[in-house]
Amino acid sequence: MSGRNAILGKLRGALGAAGESDSARRAAVEQRLAGAPRGLVPARGQLGAKERAALFCSMAEAVTATVERVGASGDVPLAVTRYLRSRNLAPSVRMGEDERLAGMNWASQRSLEVKHGPADREDEVGVSHAFAGVAETGTIAMLSGKENPTTVNFVPENHIIVVEAADIAGDLETVIARMREKFGKGAMPRILNLITGPSRSGDIEQTMLLGAHGPRSLHIIVVGE
Amino acid sequence: MEIQSPQFKEKARNALANEQLQRAMGKAKTGFISKRKKSVEALPEFEDLRSSARAIKDHTLAHLDLYLEAYEEKVKASGGHVHWAETAEDARQAVLAICRAAGARTVTKGKSMITEEIALNDFLEKEGIRPVETDLGEYIIQLRGEHPSHIIGPALHLNKEQVEEDFRRVHTQLPEERDLSQPESLLGEAREILRPQYFTADVGITGANMLIAETGSSIIVTNEGNGDLTQTLPRIHVVVASIEKIVPTLEDASQILRVLARSATGQDMSVYTTLSTGPRRPGDPDGPEEYHVILLDNGRSSMLGTEFHEMLRCIRCGACMNHCPVYHAVGGHAYGWVYPGPMGAVLTPSLVGVDKSGHLPNASTFCGRCESVCPMQIPLPRMMRHWREREFERGLNPATQRYGLGFWAFFARRPRLYRLATSLAIPTLSGLAGRRGWFRSLPLAGGWTRYRDLPAPQSRTFMQQWQARSGAPHGREGGDR
Repeated sequence: MSGRNAILGKLRGALGAAGESDSARRAAVEQRLAGAPRGLVPARGQLGAKERAALFCSMAEAVTATVERVGASGDVPLAVTRYLRSRNLAPSVRMGEDERLAGMNWASQRSLEVKHGPADREDEVGVSHAFAGVAETGTIAMLSGKENPTTVNFVPENHIIVVEAADIAGDLETVIARMREKFGKGAMPRILNLITGPSRSGDIEQTMLLGAHGPRSLHIIVVGE
Repeated sequence: MEIQSPQFKEKARNALANEQLQRAMGKAKTGFISKRKKSVEALPEFEDLRSSARAIKDHTLAHLDLYLEAYEEKVKASGGHVHWAETAEDARQAVLAICRAAGARTVTKGKSMITEEIALNDFLEKEGIRPVETDLGEYIIQLRGEHPSHIIGPALHLNKEQVEEDFRRVHTQLPEERDLSQPESLLGEAREILRPQYFTADVGITGANMLIAETGSSIIVTNEGNGDLTQTLPRIHVVVASIEKIVPTLEDASQILRVLARSATGQDMSVYTTLSTGPRRPGDPDGPEEYHVILLDNGRSSMLGTEFHEMLRCIRCGACMNHCPVYHAVGGHAYGWVYPGPMGAVLTPSLVGVDKSGHLPNASTFCGRCESVCPMQIPLPRMMRHWREREFERGLNPATQRYGLGFWAFFARRPRLYRLATSLAIPTLSGLAGRRGWFRSLPLAGGWTRYRDLPAPQSRTFMQQWQARSGAPHGREGGDR
C-alpha cells in the first residue's frame, strides 16, 4: 500500500491537486468515464451497410487474409471443407460451443472431424464465430468464453472465422457500443481480440513474413449480404 | 541494464565503423519511412487524429491520479490484482513474489520495453527463474546476450546471416545441414523452438500499450501472436506497465490505436490488438487463473508538471527514431540505455538523471523530423534543448565547450566588438583558405576537421552582406540564387 500512496501523493503534488480544484477534477473524470465521448471517426468508417461489407472484404484481403462470401449460414460447412481441401489440410477442425456454429449441419461433411473445446497443440485448423467485423480496417472482433475459446484464435496454424455480414460495423466505436449493450457499461469480456490478418513478423531485416507465432493463414467466411 | 550513455561518442564512432551494423541500418532507414508515409497519406483524417490523440493524453495526464484510482478499482472488480511499484526494484520484487508464490521455474515473455527498463530478465535469472523471450526479435537478442536497439524492432541492428549463426550455435538439437539461408526458415525455426515453451511456462509476462480506466483492461498491440500465447496459456498473467499508459475510455483507446500502428509500422492496425480484463471466468475453457498488473512509476511522477511533462504522452511507436538521421547513422545501442533515438535522448535523462546521460541531449541535429512525425506531437527538439540547458547549468559539458561558449558570449554581448572581430576574422580565414574554399585542418577545429573539411567563410560577414542587400534595389530577389 505504501507504494500506492507514495505514487498518488507525488502525482497530486505535481498536479497541484487539493481543495476545490480537486472536486472539479473529480467531476471531469467522472463525466468522461460516464459519457465516454466518441472521438473522430474517419469517413472510411462511416459507410452504409452494403459498402461496409465490401470495404471489410477488401481491407481484410489487403492484409493477406482470404475472404469468401456465402449466401447463408447453411453454406458454411461446405465452404470449410472446400477450403481445407484447397490448402491440402487434413479434414479436422477445432471449435468452441458457439450456438451459431453448432446450428450448422457439420454432419453433412462426412469426412470432416469436428472437435469441441479449447485448442491444443495437435490442432491444425480452428473455426470461430466472430462477434463483429470492422470495415475501416478489415478487423475481426472475437470475444473469449466457451463459445469461442481464445486458444482457437492463436494455437492452430490455420484459422477460419465466420462473420455475419450484418455484424460488420463501420468502425471500432460501433463494436464498443455493442459490447456495452451486451456486458453493461464499464464491463468487458475477459478478452477482446481484434484480429487484422494472419500472424506476421518483420523482425528479420524488416521483411514482413507471414506465420510468426499465431496462425499462418486466416480465412474469413462472410455470411449473407 | 547498466547505463552506458556517457560513452555515446565512443560507441557512435564504433557504430560508424561497424560494417554489419551499417548494412542493417541502410535497410532500416528507408523501410519505416516509406511505409508510414503511405498509410498516413491514405487517411485524410490523420492529422486531426493526431490532435485528438494528443488532447486525450493531455487530459489524462492532468487527471492521472484519479484515472489510476478508477483503473485500480475496475481491475479489482474483475478479479485482478494491482501492485504499485515506485521504483524498478519494487517492480522486480513484485514480479518475483508472484513467481515464487506460483513455484514458477519458467516464465514466457511478450515484448515489453518496461521489463527492459527494470532489467527483469537478469534479475529473474539470478533468482533461478528462466525468462524466455518469445517475440522473434527479442528471442534473437536474448540468444546474443544483447539489448534491443529499437523499441519496436529489437533486432533491427542485425542481418539475417548473423541470426543464422546464432540459431546454429544455440539450436544444436537440429540437423546441421538444414537450410537457414532465407528469413522464412529462420522464422519457422523460431516458431518450432518456442512453441513448447508457451505450454510449459508457469507465468506469462507482457507489457501494455495502454490501460483503460473505464474497464480495468490492459491492451497489447502485436503482429506475431506471441504476446497472446504468452498471456493465454500459462496459469498466471503478469502485466508490467508504467503509470502514463492509462487512457480514460474504450473510445479514447480507439483514437490512439488509429495513430499508433500507422506511425510505427505503417499498418492501419497491427495484426493483434488484445484487450484483457481480469483472470479466467466461470465457464471459461482457457486463459490464466490469476491476472496481475504492476504499475511502475520509476521517475515518471517527477516529470509531471515540469518542462518534460509532454514526454509522458509518448506511446512508444518508434516513429521519432525511424526518422532520425543520428539514429540512422549510429543505431540504437550507441545511446547506451533502454530507450534510443530522440525519445530516448529526452526520456533517459528524465529517468536516470542528466549527469548519467552523457551526450544524449546533444545527439541531435535539431532537424525537427521527430517532432513532425510524432503522433502525440511531442516537442522533442525543444526538450532536448532543455536538457542541454540543464547540462550547462550544472557544468556537465566539457571545459573546452564551456570556455568556447563563454568566449563567444563575450563578443555576442558586445555588438560593435563582435562586428569588428568578425569583419577582421572572416576575410582572414577566407584569404587563408585561398581558392580551394575549405580547410583540411585548422587549430581549435580538430573535432571537425579530423573527419571532414571545414568550409571557409565567404569574403564578407553576414551583417555586411545583409546591408549591401537591403541597400540594393530588388535585393531580396537578387539574393535568391
